[in-house]
Amino acid sequence: MPDSSQAEFPAAPQAPSSGRDLPPSLAELLQQGTLVVSHRPWAQAVVDPVLWQRAGEGLAGGSSSLLALWGEPGGVHLAFWEASEGRAGVMTLRCPNGSFPSLGQLHPPALRLERAIRDLFGLQPEGSTDPRPWLDHGVWELRFPLGKSAPAVGPSPYVFLPVEGEELHQVPVGPVHAGIIEPGHFRFTAAGETVVRLEERLGYVHRGVEGLLVGAELERATKLAARVSGDTTAAYSFAFARAVEAAIGMEAPRLADWLRALCVEIERVANHLGDVGAICNDAAFARMQAFCAILRERLLRTADTCFGHRLMMDQIVPGGMRAAPPLDALRRLRELTGEIARALPEIQEVYDSTPSLQDRVVGTGVLSRELVNQYGCGGVIGRASGRLFDARRDLPYSPYPGLRFSIPVREEGDVDARVSLRIREIEQSLGLIQQIIDGLPEGPSFAPLPRKNVSPGEGVALVEGFRGDIFAWVRIDERGRVERCHLRDPSWFQWPLLEAAIYGNIIADFPLCNKSFNCSYAGHDL
Amino acid sequence: MDLVRPTLVQAAQMVLVLLLAPGLTGSVRKLKARLLGRQGPSIVQPYRDLWRLFRKSPVLAGNASWLFRVVPYLVFAFIWLATALVPTFCLGLPFGPWADLIAITAMIGTARFFLALSALDVGTSFGGIGASREVMIASLAEPAMLLVVFTLALVAGSTELSAITAFLLSPSAGLRVSMALALAALLLIALAENSRLPIDNPATHLELTMVHEAMILEYSGRHLALLEWAASLKLLLYFSLIGTIFVPWGLAKPGSSLTAYLAGGSFYLLKIGTGAIALAIFETGLAKMRLFRIPDFLGAALMLGLLATLLRFVSGSL
Repeated sequence: MPDSSQAEFPAAPQAPSSGRDLPPSLAELLQQGTLVVSHRPWAQAVVDPVLWQRAGEGLAGGSSSLLALWGEPGGVHLAFWEASEGRAGVMTLRCPNGSFPSLGQLHPPALRLERAIRDLFGLQPEGSTDPRPWLDHGVWELRFPLGKSAPAVGPSPYVFLPVEGEELHQVPVGPVHAGIIEPGHFRFTAAGETVVRLEERLGYVHRGVEGLLVGAELERATKLAARVSGDTTAAYSFAFARAVEAAIGMEAPRLADWLRALCVEIERVANHLGDVGAICNDAAFARMQAFCAILRERLLRTADTCFGHRLMMDQIVPGGMRAAPPLDALRRLRELTGEIARALPEIQEVYDSTPSLQDRVVGTGVLSRELVNQYGCGGVIGRASGRLFDARRDLPYSPYPGLRFSIPVREEGDVDARVSLRIREIEQSLGLIQQIIDGLPEGPSFAPLPRKNVSPGEGVALVEGFRGDIFAWVRIDERGRVERCHLRDPSWFQWPLLEAAIYGNIIADFPLCNKSFNCSYAGHDL
Repeated sequence: MDLVRPTLVQAAQMVLVLLLAPGLTGSVRKLKARLLGRQGPSIVQPYRDLWRLFRKSPVLAGNASWLFRVVPYLVFAFIWLATALVPTFCLGLPFGPWADLIAITAMIGTARFFLALSALDVGTSFGGIGASREVMIASLAEPAMLLVVFTLALVAGSTELSAITAFLLSPSAGLRVSMALALAALLLIALAENSRLPIDNPATHLELTMVHEAMILEYSGRHLALLEWAASLKLLLYFSLIGTIFVPWGLAKPGSSLTAYLAGGSFYLLKIGTGAIALAIFETGLAKMRLFRIPDFLGAALMLGLLATLLRFVSGSL
């Protein structure tokens, strides 16, 4: 029998050794740092290593969720969300010695982020429990390409976590798969068919987007941001545009906000339709996929007539929208949403009344509520396990406060919950699309950005894409260029949980679990 | 005694199944695509694929043994021979006396044995997963198949296919409960043996869920072509088997005219076509079974086979 203690996932963080009663609140810690004024719209403070360490304890204690953790050559930043106060903030730690206290040793969700920071910037997380590289597979021309770069030392063998036990065998899968999908390596350790441990290795589609963004003209940067993850291009553009506007201190026209939300909701419906079909197809129930694919295709074609691009790529730009859609195209879109809304009960009916399909999805790949809360996991995956977080509701941005929608949530955390939630979210998003088209405000859809005498500043934004909350941080220099930019895909906090969800399931059910997560490789590897 | 004509007929049958098999696979794919509202690849696509694969040289793993190279030919030979033994459009083939159901089951089993061995040969994890799953399925499907054979043997007094068919065509056959149970069992076995839904998904690209596809994942070029062709032949074999035993009408008698043979051929095509439509509809309405449900599924086949045999023992008329 496998030694299950070796397979426990993941190692629970050690309780802070100091005898403090309550974990510190990050919002309070922020007040103790040096506040930065040029940072919008959230409060930002520069903190010292002690406060940084305390922030790690606060995250481990669960008072706040980690939103993002990223680096730049001289320091590291941490974005958090304080659920009790409904506030988000950014902490910055200067790293003159090229190192910073590891948050990952206290709060495991930070581990991969810290490994990525070390690979890209050469900043060492002190005390980290995982010294292995993450994005750098040893094939880059340089080590630490975004920091103090050093000559490459070549690839070294990657050590997977040990699993001990009799009659265990390993199954390496990928990065090249039998189908045409994105590359990622999955190392299964199994006892017969039962998975005892899954460990992922990602980074195969690292394109150096963050490096390309350094010093990029705004137009080029906008295009780069739209290409981080092609299937969620509208949400990425929205997040980037909002961050840039926050950094410059301007606001997009009202109409632009409404049209942006329209794009993101279309994207959400299209991707959820695709996912519902694809999940069923992974259980070899091709009928559902055929049904959903037709609806998705019609929606994408209508998006093409509205915005001139099926995926609405490059439509959302800092300052507004590239163009406003023609009215008759919008009318057609509204009719189509009605048709999709009428087809949804049929999808639900087929899904619920196919026993062979229900047998596959119910109880498969269960993800616990504790883990989604610990990882601050957003999107359908978090909400299917009972974590009610949606950036549109919790850190609201225009135009969502003026729209009616509900955020469905489930407790079961299995594949079935994730499929059902997607169907419910399609319903909500269709309602949003109709409200947006009916209530489109008058006015311009674009406001030109100041070209000269830009006051340098930093901006952050959190936008709810179809996978979850996309975080964008950008620093604009005095010439209106992007000095630094960081885009954090929701998959950063979802990929690790896939390892937990598959534990105890059979290997043959992995594709189904994986598809029900549908994390982004490109967005994660950046 | 005229030896030329039966030999010609036997040769015609062997060529017919060889040529027909990829078409059957193509038709089922096309039908499934149409049922899903897609255009689907042409029916002749499997022929094109075979042609393409035959012109490509195989790529072998560095540690592949001689077994790995020999197995595709072995598997193809066994399955082709087994398919050639099942009467398709006429009775009285010269191979008829050897067309023993136990022999056919054994040939299919031998082919599977070698394929599983070759899947383990190069030592990739998928080959191992595929082989272990396939053997698990076979360990349940083969006993069920033998029970079906026993039922037929008890009913017809022979395990020889042409004798069974001749008996079933005779007036003394009649409707029997045990035959109905045997048919149900054989249908379940046919699905499992041919890697169809709900046991295995022939269209999947997900290496972790594969059974048959995982075993042949390392094969390429003409080796892959032979294995693909053998898989098509096996599907045709089961179609022919079910057609010959349970729908025995329309088979040309030995020594009949060319017209009778042609009529037998048309009737055979009709049977295969009906079967293809039924398979496509069945597969479209179903999701794949969780791997550990397969024993339940095949257990049902085993029980049906057992019930058929017992019924036959209890009462001669059932």
